[in-house]
Amino acid sequence: MILGLYNYWVVVVLMMIGFYIVIAQGNLIKKIVGLNIFQTSVFILYISMAKVEGGTAPILAEGISQFSNPLPHVLILTAIVVGIATTALGLALAVRIKEAYGSIEEDEIQDRDNKESSTMKGKKC
Amino acid sequence: MVMLSGIYGLLSASFFVAMDAVDVAFTEASVGAGISTLLMLTTITLVGRYEHAARHKPTLALAVVFVTGALLIYGTLDMPYFGSAEAPINLHVAPHYLNDSMQEIGMPNVVTSVLASYRGFDTFGETAVIFTAGVGVLALLSIVRRPEEEAEIDAINDSMHQQHLILRIVIKILIPFIFLFALYVQFHGDYGPGGGFQAGVIFAAAIILYAMLFGLSTARRVINQSLIQVLAAVGVLVYGSVGLVSMLNGGNFLDYSVLASDPVAGQHVGILVIELGVGITVASVMVIIFFSFAGRRENRRVSGNDVEHDGNRPTNSSENKDAR
Repeated sequence: MILGLYNYWVVVVLMMIGFYIVIAQGNLIKKIVGLNIFQTSVFILYISMAKVEGGTAPILAEGISQFSNPLPHVLILTAIVVGIATTALGLALAVRIKEAYGSIEEDEIQDRDNKESSTMKGKKC
Repeated sequence: MVMLSGIYGLLSASFFVAMDAVDVAFTEASVGAGISTLLMLTTITLVGRYEHAARHKPTLALAVVFVTGALLIYGTLDMPYFGSAEAPINLHVAPHYLNDSMQEIGMPNVVTSVLASYRGFDTFGETAVIFTAGVGVLALLSIVRRPEEEAEIDAINDSMHQQHLILRIVIKILIPFIFLFALYVQFHGDYGPGGGFQAGVIFAAAIILYAMLFGLSTARRVINQSLIQVLAAVGVLVYGSVGLVSMLNGGNFLDYSVLASDPVAGQHVGILVIELGVGITVASVMVIIFFSFAGRRENRRVSGNDVEHDGNRPTNSSENKDAR
């Protein structure tokens, strides 16, 4: 019966893939992709919890008594659209970082920051 | 990588259909497979598509990931089984929504009634977040352009868009239907899957499609940029004013029952109007985001290598050109 928990394991695996990308990759775009994967895993967690065996989509109709839980659907529905808006904001930041630093690699940005702060104190790029 | 993420979006959409979340699947299909793929592509043309060879040491990260994953899996052992109707989540407010929403709201689609009415305040906040993100992208990426550059960009666009003749004609035929479908999704959200969020994204997708095939400047002439920016705010405003009107009528903020003499009719009016507000905001924010990114890209192409203030990165900018 422990196999009845498989939906959570799928979520955990996806989440950890996303997490790994976020912490191990130096490329900012890849980090954002990792965050997206992480985010989708949370979506799947919510939606899979809402699923009821034998239920249908929560649209009331004659002759159907079992529905899946509508509340997580609502939460995730809005979260997806908010997610794309915030992803766009993150990508916009990456574009500006690229223009200011000439790189979207984490360590290069760090290097340039360190160099700059040691040579011209207080003057921003 | 981008294509993969697009496929991933589509795949998770079908996941959601399999788990009976049609509304969510609808949104994910249009957002994950459509808009986000596009955004990623545009960003990659902006920042260059090559990354440095991996220099990180994955061992530590892998260890952290495995430990966290194992702990999470251990945590799931106490969770209810997949699809179980007795799970705590299905016993709390969900039965109330499912059994009583027909009397209280009078809408077959429970997702819409929860979204717009029971959790209207929540949705209001989310609309505001989308609006804020749109403003943020605009602040980060908007550019003021000199007229002579404008002409140069037009010339480039014209030469670029000559070749897609068949696509352009097909799209010309298709776009009215996409708009029509978006409107259907917008106003049919009470009865079937759909609503302001999905409709907004579809609407924006039609405009973005047009902009991609007919060139950004043509699209800018058709869709006034400042109008779109005003519309993004108007959507949030419409939503908020519905709340205020219901307060003035003696109810709570966003309590639609007082909007008409009959509570159920009031709910219908309220939900229709706030969904419209959501749709307007989402559509215009998506269009704003696309135009900001694409406008950046266009600028980059015109000014060529000397885009940077300091110009210390010849290798990277040549990579950019290759990526185009």
